[in-house]
Amino acid sequence: MSLDISAIRKEFPILDQKINGKPLIYFDNAATAQRPLQVIEKMDEFSLLTNANIHRATHTLANKTTEAFESARETVRNYVNAQEVAEVIFTHGTTESINLVAFSFGEAFINQGDEVVVTEMEHHANIVPWQMMCQRRGAILKAIPFADNGELCTDQFDSIVTDKTKIIAITHVSNTLGTVNPIAAIISKAHERNIPVLIDGAQGVPHFRIDVQALDCDFYAFSGHKIYGPTGIGVLYGKRKWLDQMPPFMGGGEMIDRVTLSRTTYNQLPYKFEAGTPNYVGAIGLASAIQFVQNLDHQELTIYENQFLTAATLKLKQIEGLKIYGEAPQKAGVVSFNIDGIHPFDLGTLLDQLGIAVRTGRLCADPVMDHFGVENMVRASFSFYNTFDEIDVFYKALIRLKAMF
Amino acid sequence: MTIDEIQKEIVDEFSGFEDWMDKYAYLIEIGNELAPIDPKYKVESNLIRGCQSRVWLHQEFIGGKIIFEAESDALIVKGLVALLLRIYSDRTPKEILASEPRFIDEIGLRQHLSPTRSNGLLAMVKQMKLYAVAYEKIAQNK
Repeated sequence: MSLDISAIRKEFPILDQKINGKPLIYFDNAATAQRPLQVIEKMDEFSLLTNANIHRATHTLANKTTEAFESARETVRNYVNAQEVAEVIFTHGTTESINLVAFSFGEAFINQGDEVVVTEMEHHANIVPWQMMCQRRGAILKAIPFADNGELCTDQFDSIVTDKTKIIAITHVSNTLGTVNPIAAIISKAHERNIPVLIDGAQGVPHFRIDVQALDCDFYAFSGHKIYGPTGIGVLYGKRKWLDQMPPFMGGGEMIDRVTLSRTTYNQLPYKFEAGTPNYVGAIGLASAIQFVQNLDHQELTIYENQFLTAATLKLKQIEGLKIYGEAPQKAGVVSFNIDGIHPFDLGTLLDQLGIAVRTGRLCADPVMDHFGVENMVRASFSFYNTFDEIDVFYKALIRLKAMF
Repeated sequence: MTIDEIQKEIVDEFSGFEDWMDKYAYLIEIGNELAPIDPKYKVESNLIRGCQSRVWLHQEFIGGKIIFEAESDALIVKGLVALLLRIYSDRTPKEILASEPRFIDEIGLRQHLSPTRSNGLLAMVKQMKLYAVAYEKIAQNK
């Protein structure tokens, strides 16, 4: 069966609109992917009919909400193939998921002189929490560099990872370079030395089916809004053996077992890490988004997305003076580039006038900007609902705008 | 001419453009024409950093007036910077403080001065006003 893009696009009514008088071309999917109708309807219906706080009351609406929230957790567990629902923690997004691990794992396992390893291509969300923790614990943050083509320098793994390394945090797919990192190989190498690995899956989940047991990762973090779900909801998958040993991240409701004024005992997993009222509407929306993605033929999607990325790359390369950042053999989802003599802000502003939405700026990845010695980039990021015609419109727009400078 | 008269002049200049392309092409043109800031002033302490683009703003207080020099790495921003300099440079602190850059709204480029646009322009206007406040205070204390 081949993918029916026009049928899929009908599920995303937001795409069918004009921006500045031109049909919208949405090439900012790596920032926020759009939500299909079923997700929006599910969340609306829930808000209209069911909304009540979870786990706290005997009344019908509260019970229904609790059931829906826990069933969303099971949907996520099933999707990432976690062993048990206790290993699926709802957060506000990838950033909170990583902060949670950096804090709680740090408290339990990181001491003076220990080392944490990230990579040079990380999003700030997978650098800063570790830096903060290292500062607090007196530990050292190290980074595996990447080559100019965007590939991670895995050959340097052995010189950077040492006996002092306590955890490795690495992105599945780079939000800037699009590089798909060999995470399975890295995890198994790390495990040979008993080092746990956290995967930043924010850009991984939109393109890959994740099986945390097959990967054997210790933590996998992702966000709802990158996988056609709502914002403000995310997931932290963590192996029980780590989560059990980690202290809570935040204190408050739901994460407690019993509170006295002198001492508190904590709730069991996953609630130990879910302080405060969770974003249950978001969780229900995320579950609906996962169901939507599960109903698509993943193999077909992958073929389409790969063909799309290749076509877009080849087309953009025809533009004189256009430089693409990141051309790793294993790549997904994004093309970041600059055109000689044109500031990304100018290009982004003018593309918007033509109805084309791209991301411009530092892409929350200063070290990547520094690597290439640039201040900013333009990033076009794609989804399965983008059409090949849009590549042509994009190409023509760039040619037209280039002539203005 | 007063600041308001120059603002009106700018609005008139832009009223001739029907197409957004022409408007931006003109901004790019005046951006290109803006004399570059003296490299010795293109320093960290004069930098107004936006996430999207950077603006450098240098000032001197001569004969009761503030002379501004500014530049941006993005051309559209530089064009708008040129317009802001046209109205605010070589003015007394009082004049600067009494006037808002409403021409940007009137030429349909308001989005570039909104707080959600991190291009450094709004911060530049704020910074110019801060200099005006400071020089006004100094003048009063003399």
